[in-house]
Amino acid sequence: MSSEVRFTDFKSDKQPTWCPGCGDFGTMNGMMKALAETGNDPDNTFVVAGIGCSGKIGTYMHSYAIHGVHGRALPVGAGVKMANPDLEVMVAGGDGDGYSIGAGHFVHAVRRNVDMSYIVMDNRIYGLTKGQASPTSREDFETSTTPEGPQQPPVNPLALALASGATFIAQSFSSDALRHQEIVQQAIEHDGFGFVNVFSPCVTFNDVDTYDYFRDSLVDLADTDYDPTDREAAKEKVLDADKEYMGVLYQDENSVPYEETHGLDSSMAEIDHEGAPEGATDLVREFY
Amino acid sequence: MPADFNWAIGGEAGDGIDSTGKVFAQALSRAGRHVFTSKDFASRIRGGYTAYKVRTSTEKVRSVVDRLDVLVALTPRTIEENLDELHEGSIIIYDGERTTMADVEIPEGMIGLDVPLKSLAEDAGGAVMRNVVALGAACEATSFDIEHLDSSLKKHFGGKGQAIVDNNKQAARLGQEYVRDNYPDADLQYDLETTDNDYVLLNGDEAIGMGAIAAGCKYYAGYPITPATDVMTYLKGRIEQFGGHVVQAEDELAAINLALGAARAGARSMTATSGPGIDLMAETFGLVATSETPLVVVDVMRSGPSTGMPTKQEQGDLNMMLYGGHGEIPRFVLAPTTVEECFWKTVEAFNLAEKYQTPVYLAADLAMAVTEQTFEPDAFDMDAVEIDRGKVVDEESIADHQTESGGFKPHEITEDGVSPRAIPGTEGGAHMSTGLEHDEQGRRTEDTEMRVEQVDKRNRKIQTAREREDFSPREFGDPDSDNLVVSWGSNEGTLVEALEFLQEEDIDVRILSVPYLFPRPDLTEEFEAADDVVVVECNATGQFADVVEHDTLQRVKRVNKYNGVQFKADELADDIKRTLASGQEVEA
Repeated sequence: MSSEVRFTDFKSDKQPTWCPGCGDFGTMNGMMKALAETGNDPDNTFVVAGIGCSGKIGTYMHSYAIHGVHGRALPVGAGVKMANPDLEVMVAGGDGDGYSIGAGHFVHAVRRNVDMSYIVMDNRIYGLTKGQASPTSREDFETSTTPEGPQQPPVNPLALALASGATFIAQSFSSDALRHQEIVQQAIEHDGFGFVNVFSPCVTFNDVDTYDYFRDSLVDLADTDYDPTDREAAKEKVLDADKEYMGVLYQDENSVPYEETHGLDSSMAEIDHEGAPEGATDLVREFY
Repeated sequence: MPADFNWAIGGEAGDGIDSTGKVFAQALSRAGRHVFTSKDFASRIRGGYTAYKVRTSTEKVRSVVDRLDVLVALTPRTIEENLDELHEGSIIIYDGERTTMADVEIPEGMIGLDVPLKSLAEDAGGAVMRNVVALGAACEATSFDIEHLDSSLKKHFGGKGQAIVDNNKQAARLGQEYVRDNYPDADLQYDLETTDNDYVLLNGDEAIGMGAIAAGCKYYAGYPITPATDVMTYLKGRIEQFGGHVVQAEDELAAINLALGAARAGARSMTATSGPGIDLMAETFGLVATSETPLVVVDVMRSGPSTGMPTKQEQGDLNMMLYGGHGEIPRFVLAPTTVEECFWKTVEAFNLAEKYQTPVYLAADLAMAVTEQTFEPDAFDMDAVEIDRGKVVDEESIADHQTESGGFKPHEITEDGVSPRAIPGTEGGAHMSTGLEHDEQGRRTEDTEMRVEQVDKRNRKIQTAREREDFSPREFGDPDSDNLVVSWGSNEGTLVEALEFLQEEDIDVRILSVPYLFPRPDLTEEFEAADDVVVVECNATGQFADVVEHDTLQRVKRVNKYNGVQFKADELADDIKRTLASGQEVEA
């Protein structure tokens, strides 16, 4: 199948219920194209989706997939990949799923460096619950639950990732279809945890972080002489509060994925014995 | 002279109590003696005190008793804590050169063996071996052949090199000789005879880990928690030899989700924790059931709620395992009743999980999880292990479970409730799985008819299991007795020993030990046939008693213990006798 996979093969027959104009359409298209472009097909791909508008993505894509509980998509993805390193694992979620309820897992998924990609649809708002502040909302962003704004600084996912030992950090924009696809592809091809924060605007509940805002403010690192393998330069970039960047902010070219460190090189699905495995009796003798 | 012998070593946490106790238990086991150990007596004074107690006999031993024949006391408190268990003729081994032990008074009628443990250990090569000197002294005091201790020392220290083993053997000998030379006239009446029997010594956590490997489990994710950590410690370094992997997760939320991921990828997968971790896992447990994922979740119960008493016994999580989680979650709850059964129920848990594609709780409890016991090696006969993976489809059979347009149906409505399972990588099997209500293809739905069909289908799996599986209780005692005693979990061994005490008082009882808590056997007929039903469990409210009252629509009497210590046979016999005699109805 893989020889002639088209990106539409990754599309399910369910029509998305996202609001017209939602950034998630573009985000998902780029993911499907990147998966097809990197030689994957739905039967060897496993998508893990979180909860929230973004979490619906598993339903609209066609592959092996699970739509989990809120905030726990990353450990599920890691478990899938460890148990079968032959699968292409992609985890997708939103800023609430990844940086609020799931923030603890984010740090440890970064540290673990399992070879999978993590696509976060960051719209800086809670959309599915109709417009409350998210962990990436601006300090003065007024919502029904934060009428004066959250009055606390937003989470900086890029800096958090770098501080946690990330081997691949990127940021993209859902409406820049080509660049977005390219960046997701790089994340897939990276040997380790490929993290992409995607600006995926919410047209219904966020009138600040809009398409126009990102179009006007994003600086594409590909247009500069920035070297993403330079960790010191990356530190500066991820902490730069004055600009929004697009592109790969950091990549460790010597990244060794978890599976390699731990000698995981084949699927654990098969059990080639109908009783206890060979050598199991030695386990009993050990207790003598 | 008693048929069984009771020995203990006690001191402060950090004194190496557990490892010393285990070395002695292993020596007894290698000498062909049965052993039943217990750890960490409830302190009557304050925290910090810890002890390892060994009950041994040439016959099978199944519980702890309130008697100590030989005590190695590293602190004065060790003696104070055990005054009730010590008796006339008990031997207390201590180091009078230790400042805190200099003025220690040996209670009247007992024999104090003042052995310079530290000095002798230094003579043998290092003060760190002072507990081993005490073991040598204990060998002399009990006429126990020190070569068995040598053999155990070699097993425990062999990894550290021959020199360390030799030093330890020497330390033991110095202890032995010291007692021989300095207490020639002491009335040391114990004589630990040996047999040619071949036993293995292990605890429940280890049996669960070994059961998992035997069952083909390849993936374990867990977060350290007393008393479940030994499961992970056991698997680490062993499961890899069978193609598996152990992950220490960042928390229990991650642990169950990692395990879920591996299970979705097709691996036999497991996590183990204790009460606080079970609370955290409850949300994902519902997802596991709704997405119809086979997963084994072990709860090694300890005293709760909240942090409770982390190193104490309790069977307080039954309701959590039966009902925990929002919504209605089909599940299995198995409760091994012995260390041996920890192995077999783990194997069974994996088969049930895959045959019925639903999560299985394995409910173990502290009293059997962290205490070593001896068994015939045949108790863990690997040739008797069977693996049944249920309805897994391959690339050929998958066509029978697809829609006209080729969509695979992982939640196909079937007569037995079990749907086909496609392992990722199987061509034509790509599908969505979700905690949302879904149609046969796993796609989200709120269709009222499909909702009912899917709920019924998932629940039907439990009904199918009731028809196909054998969920009988284990039976002991007099089958014709009018007195029925019902128990679950690790109380079984104590109950079997309590039978003897009851017989001495001419009380006959029939014991049903229930290893299947959901689905569970229908005990209505057994209850109707009995004049009295007593339910024994280690919790305050009688959670299992409530459940069987509900099942059988009959009132039961209750024996509950929740002070953190497991039942003892004589005490339990008394409790049962008193409860049978009382006409009192329980408070409803």
